[in-house]
Amino acid sequence: MIGRNSFFGPLDPAPDAGYEDSPARKGFFTDTSVCIGCKACEVACKEWNDVPENVFAMLGTSYDNSYSLNANQWRHVAFIERPAQKRESVSLGMPTVGAAPGDRPDEEKPDFRWLMSSDVCKHCTHAACLDVCPTGSLFRSEFGTVVVQDDICNGCGYCVAACPYGVIDRRKGPEDDPKVGIAQKCTLCYDRLTDGQTPSCAQACPTQSIQFGDVEELRARAEERLASLHERGETDARLYGNDPEDGVGGTGAFFLLLDEPEVYGLPPDPVVTTKDLPEMWARVAVAAVAMLAGAAASFLRRRG
Amino acid sequence: MTQGQHGGSPGNPHRSGAGRGGDRVMVPEADFESYYGRPIVKPAPWEHDIAVYLFSGGVAAGSSLLAAGADLTGRTALRRVARFGSLAGLLVSVVALVHDLGKPARFLNMLRVAKPTSPMSVGTWILSLHGPFAGVAAAAELAAMLPTRWKRGPVRLLLDLGRPAGIVGAVTAPPVAAYTAVLLSDTATPAWHSAYEELPFVFCGSAAAASGGLGLLGAPVAEAGPARAFAVGGALVELGAEYRMEQSMGLPAETLHRGRAGRLMRAGKALTAAGAVGALAGHRSRVLSAVSGAALTAGSLCTRLGVYEAGIASAKDPKYTVVPQRERVDRGEPVRYRG
Repeated sequence: MIGRNSFFGPLDPAPDAGYEDSPARKGFFTDTSVCIGCKACEVACKEWNDVPENVFAMLGTSYDNSYSLNANQWRHVAFIERPAQKRESVSLGMPTVGAAPGDRPDEEKPDFRWLMSSDVCKHCTHAACLDVCPTGSLFRSEFGTVVVQDDICNGCGYCVAACPYGVIDRRKGPEDDPKVGIAQKCTLCYDRLTDGQTPSCAQACPTQSIQFGDVEELRARAEERLASLHERGETDARLYGNDPEDGVGGTGAFFLLLDEPEVYGLPPDPVVTTKDLPEMWARVAVAAVAMLAGAAASFLRRRG
Repeated sequence: MTQGQHGGSPGNPHRSGAGRGGDRVMVPEADFESYYGRPIVKPAPWEHDIAVYLFSGGVAAGSSLLAAGADLTGRTALRRVARFGSLAGLLVSVVALVHDLGKPARFLNMLRVAKPTSPMSVGTWILSLHGPFAGVAAAAELAAMLPTRWKRGPVRLLLDLGRPAGIVGAVTAPPVAAYTAVLLSDTATPAWHSAYEELPFVFCGSAAAASGGLGLLGAPVAEAGPARAFAVGGALVELGAEYRMEQSMGLPAETLHRGRAGRLMRAGKALTAAGAVGALAGHRSRVLSAVSGAALTAGSLCTRLGVYEAGIASAKDPKYTVVPQRERVDRGEPVRYRG
């Protein structure tokens, strides 16, 4: 089923993949402005999905000791400490104890700002990992999400190099894990979705920083939240991944960020690599024909 | 301090903190932000299997073409070298491709589906089509070496099949050499994706240079003419396309000039250029032809390893992911769907 926008452009992924009467597309809206860095999402994800240990080390990078999204880390909370910007602090609508932050005198305000964000697989509308998978192990679910079938993946690793966000990864250990050598990433808790349940990370999030729901509705909610933050003077707030016309056709899991994406380790303008695939194949065809012609020409010269 | 590193682990950061996001900024090379200097995209988890396969697949493809040409023009010595080169290239390719899998026993899962959006799937099918025909041609060459009294029955049949199988092998060979360019380019790896316009020509040129070089190395001067022409033509295309590629890639082109990738690319260019000049100059000398042929083959190997290494380096440094994208956004030209 290849439609007009199958490679690039706005699209509802489940019907494009051939589902009839599929449920509404599901996703996450991660509002980092209310993330408190508790890592409940990381823990809940590992518990529910039986994801083994990752790095066991003190990395010295603020409170981040889980390093990155990878085969053994399907939610990753980023911590960024940076000097405070010179301007009035605004209430982000967080529950507070005692005086609200805005009421404090300047000298009592912290001299740095602390950004926290729970990153996850984006479940792209145009998912490069899914496009390049040679075995059909990666598939589009009826919820519009992208899921690995563990019993089919042969660990070719192509999806790892194709993901513009560096999400999916081949599991390297621990030795006794049956999924070593297989590509692993967030499934948006496919098993929970089929039972009408909320993914474990969103279920565990105590501040509703991770919101689960229908992507259409989440997008509207995100716009409202953005408008309200801008109104309160938090002009750095921006949405990331919500635009169906961006390089990956919009993501099923999108974010409200308080700084540039690259500060959080996210690419500023990701593009699905297969957008250029028709052009790539055309170039290959020209090169192959030229090679055949070149070989023939080599034999057309006089003997010697 | 690091006790378990199973997912994507920090290991030894090759460069700590490029840009303002890093905590130990020495000399920032480009002004960009990153998350503690950590990579954004992940490097392909392949060992050097795939880099070797790029080379061996090229040798196999080019050799199949030379073998069929030599067969049709009655150059039996060149045909023998080329058919064996094709067989050896194929065997190395298959071993490398299976070995690089996380679950090698599931290799045949590659044949569950045929997906035009997956260059690896397309490549598997191309190889599955090309391999048996090239294999039969090589088997016929082995059979031709048997004593005359054995050339009966099935052996006779094999000998008769050598030419048609070799011709089908030759016609299906160029895609084997060319598709590996898309295999690399259809990724988020900055140095591979940004090279997608020229890489098929670099790889096809490199395949012709390597297989022509092998022909020069193994065939007598009297029969090596086509191998010489193929090799020199391939070397010129490879060097020319490489030059254009370096101009058009933008920032990630840096990775072709630095570190191990840079050394390999320089060695590749020097060997290819020297081999081409030697091949032309030595058209009457068996020794000079053989040395030039070896240089051309080695040059192709260096180029393939260099392109592979450059890609891995470009994925490990967030600069090559962030800076080109940030520049697009700042110019007001982010990639957006336009109707």
